Amino acid sequence: MMAMLGFLSLMLAVGCAAGGLVALLAGHRLPHDPARAAWGRVAAAGLFAGVTLAVVMMEAALIGFDFSIRYVAANVNRATPLLFRVAGLWGALEGSILLWAWILAALTLLVAVKYRGRHPDLIPSVLTVLFGIALFFVGVMVGPANPFARLPVVPPDGRGLNPLLQNHLLMAIHPPLLYVGYVGLSIPYAFAMGTLLSGQHRDEWMTLTRRWTLVAWTSLTAGLLLGARWSYDVLGWGGYWAWDPVENAAFMPWLVATAFIHSSMVQERRRLLRIWNVSLVILAFLLTIFGTFLTRSGILASVHSFTQSLIGPVFVAFLGLVMVASLLALLARLPQIRDEGGLDSPLSREAMMLLNNVVLLTMAFTIFVGTIFPLIVEAATGAKVTVGPPFFNRLFVPLGIVLLMVMGLGTALRWGRSGAEEMRKLGWLIGITLLTVTALGFAGIRGAGLVALGAVCFVTVAQVGEYVRGALARRAATSESFPVALRSLFALNRQRYYGYLTHLGLAIVITGIVGSQSGRIEVQRQLLVGQAMQVGGYTLRLDGLVALPGADKLVVAAPVAVFSGNSTALAGSPGSPGALDILRPSENFYRQARTPVPTPAVRSTWRQDLYVVLMAFDPAAQSAVLRAVVTPLVSWIWVGGTIMVIAGVLAGWPSHPT
Amino acid sequence: MKRIRLVLAAVIVAGALIYLIVGGIRGAIVYYTTPSELLAQGPSAIGRTMRLGGQVMPGSRRWNAGTLDLRFTLGDGNATVPVIHHGAPPDLFTEGQGAVVEGTLGADGIFTARSIIVKHSEEYRPPPSP
Repeated sequence: MMAMLGFLSLMLAVGCAAGGLVALLAGHRLPHDPARAAWGRVAAAGLFAGVTLAVVMMEAALIGFDFSIRYVAANVNRATPLLFRVAGLWGALEGSILLWAWILAALTLLVAVKYRGRHPDLIPSVLTVLFGIALFFVGVMVGPANPFARLPVVPPDGRGLNPLLQNHLLMAIHPPLLYVGYVGLSIPYAFAMGTLLSGQHRDEWMTLTRRWTLVAWTSLTAGLLLGARWSYDVLGWGGYWAWDPVENAAFMPWLVATAFIHSSMVQERRRLLRIWNVSLVILAFLLTIFGTFLTRSGILASVHSFTQSLIGPVFVAFLGLVMVASLLALLARLPQIRDEGGLDSPLSREAMMLLNNVVLLTMAFTIFVGTIFPLIVEAATGAKVTVGPPFFNRLFVPLGIVLLMVMGLGTALRWGRSGAEEMRKLGWLIGITLLTVTALGFAGIRGAGLVALGAVCFVTVAQVGEYVRGALARRAATSESFPVALRSLFALNRQRYYGYLTHLGLAIVITGIVGSQSGRIEVQRQLLVGQAMQVGGYTLRLDGLVALPGADKLVVAAPVAVFSGNSTALAGSPGSPGALDILRPSENFYRQARTPVPTPAVRSTWRQDLYVVLMAFDPAAQSAVLRAVVTPLVSWIWVGGTIMVIAGVLAGWPSHPT
Repeated sequence: MKRIRLVLAAVIVAGALIYLIVGGIRGAIVYYTTPSELLAQGPSAIGRTMRLGGQVMPGSRRWNAGTLDLRFTLGDGNATVPVIHHGAPPDLFTEGQGAVVEGTLGADGIFTARSIIVKHSEEYRPPPSP
């Protein structure tokens, strides 16, 4: 019943997407016909209604354990808690495509309604592109990736979600955030393509989509941050980023979207980089499709799984189609969107933004090569190879340092051509940075870490300098007090000053990365209950083993008392005074899985994290194997990342009309 | 003239970056092998970092919790390779299951694993039930 209704609503969505596409294309000769726009809105509403109904049916099936649907049986079982039954929608390929289509349908309707009666020469073309994309996603679902496919025999229970994913709350919200980011990038893409199709404007799409791009970027940032945090909290290796293809797939669009946010400012301010910006937005969109394909098609497990279902080839065909169509549209309009002028001076903000683009694209290209190289080798020679973190790290350390330097310079220099004032600023910046580097050098920091921290200092001082200078200038002009003047700066130019705040957030993140990569201490030991071990200035005492049966899993926890210092004379009862903390690392035995999933316990301070994993235990001998890792400055990554996300939200927040 | 200089500069920069990336990937490739392939390579395999994948042979797992030495044998039906690893076995590691280890083969024929790789696939599926 639900499968039937769900499939029918998907058919409705296909009809609406195709109908909208045809109506808009057929009306191409009458660009100002109001009927054309009205048809577009009706089709967008129908598309959204159809996909929404399909989502409701799928959620009802997941929540209600309708195991006649293959997708439900594969991703949920009777022990799965409600939250993870809801989250099962984005647990695997077909549901993810359904979620993609749903967000896209919502955005399409939003565009159709929001721009009703405005930009009549542009919006129909934008909607045409959006309907085209939507048609692909809903079309795939009535074809090879039908989420409502039935099983011939209804099983008594389902297989359930992978316990690694069920073991943390973040997994419920991390994928939707990434998808909002991915799909959000199709809006600037559709506006850019619409501009090319209609041939009417050159710069309007940039202004119209700036906020959309910011929203997409912020979602992607939050998604990446939560992914890293999930990896840290669940996987039990004490790290947060492994250059796993799945992570890379989400990082590449982020890098290109970041490049686009910066170069779009150059177009808005200086009417430069038009062709470049269209190319960037095409690339960002292609990478979101590629990322979805990479993580969801099974190609990563083996190139050969690619040919086992139609989904892979269909995605590749769509990627190729989008690439060719976009490039043809760009080439056709090349003369119209060419820039008139050029860079005035290499010592300008726009020159730095161009450099920033070069670095960010090189980073994206590096990841692309490192991610698809193993696939190419396997396809060509049959040998399975992997490209490890050293490859990425070797390139990202220098590129990251250059990126920070460019970020600081771009903030300090001005649009057009920098003058004596900017040179004075640079003098200050370089002076303070050199002093800090000297001090850090005396403190014993060496090598790439020292250079990176110097670059972090350079960026930080540049951003703070802008705040101070702006607020002082405003105080002089308006006689507001300094804090009020600073607040006015943020209120009057949100994107600029919250933009600087994302730079500061990134500087904090990078400090955390530098710290956590440089001084990691790891100890692994077997302890009897009552015994203690030392790691990095902490003493850990195993205080027992506790079994906690739950509905869907059995949890075995090992309470560990944490003391500061390296004292071994820690006799006394469990929970004795003087302990800094009691950590409870545990292992979770899920009903459907044969192997347990660890839950590490973390004591986090601003200086360092103590991360304890229960590796194994023996209830008969009352012993446990603990792995303890002390990593400096990890919490800076979460703090800095959160600042970036908040700044992104505030920068894109609608400002009050003044 | 200015345009030509700009294009030339762009080409040089792009060329240098591509050289760096492609050159860097050569040294970073780690090959996957199976026990039979590894043994077929003979002495040339000794000392090279690689990933070895196979089945953890039933009954081969020996773990000394006191010294944290883990010994087991990886097999693929035709050949087996003894593996030693310092550290507790990860949770997803069980006899009869597949496992991938990264490390080097010693002259004594024992593969020293620096890490046992736990795959976390985005294909959110538990391993198929027996």
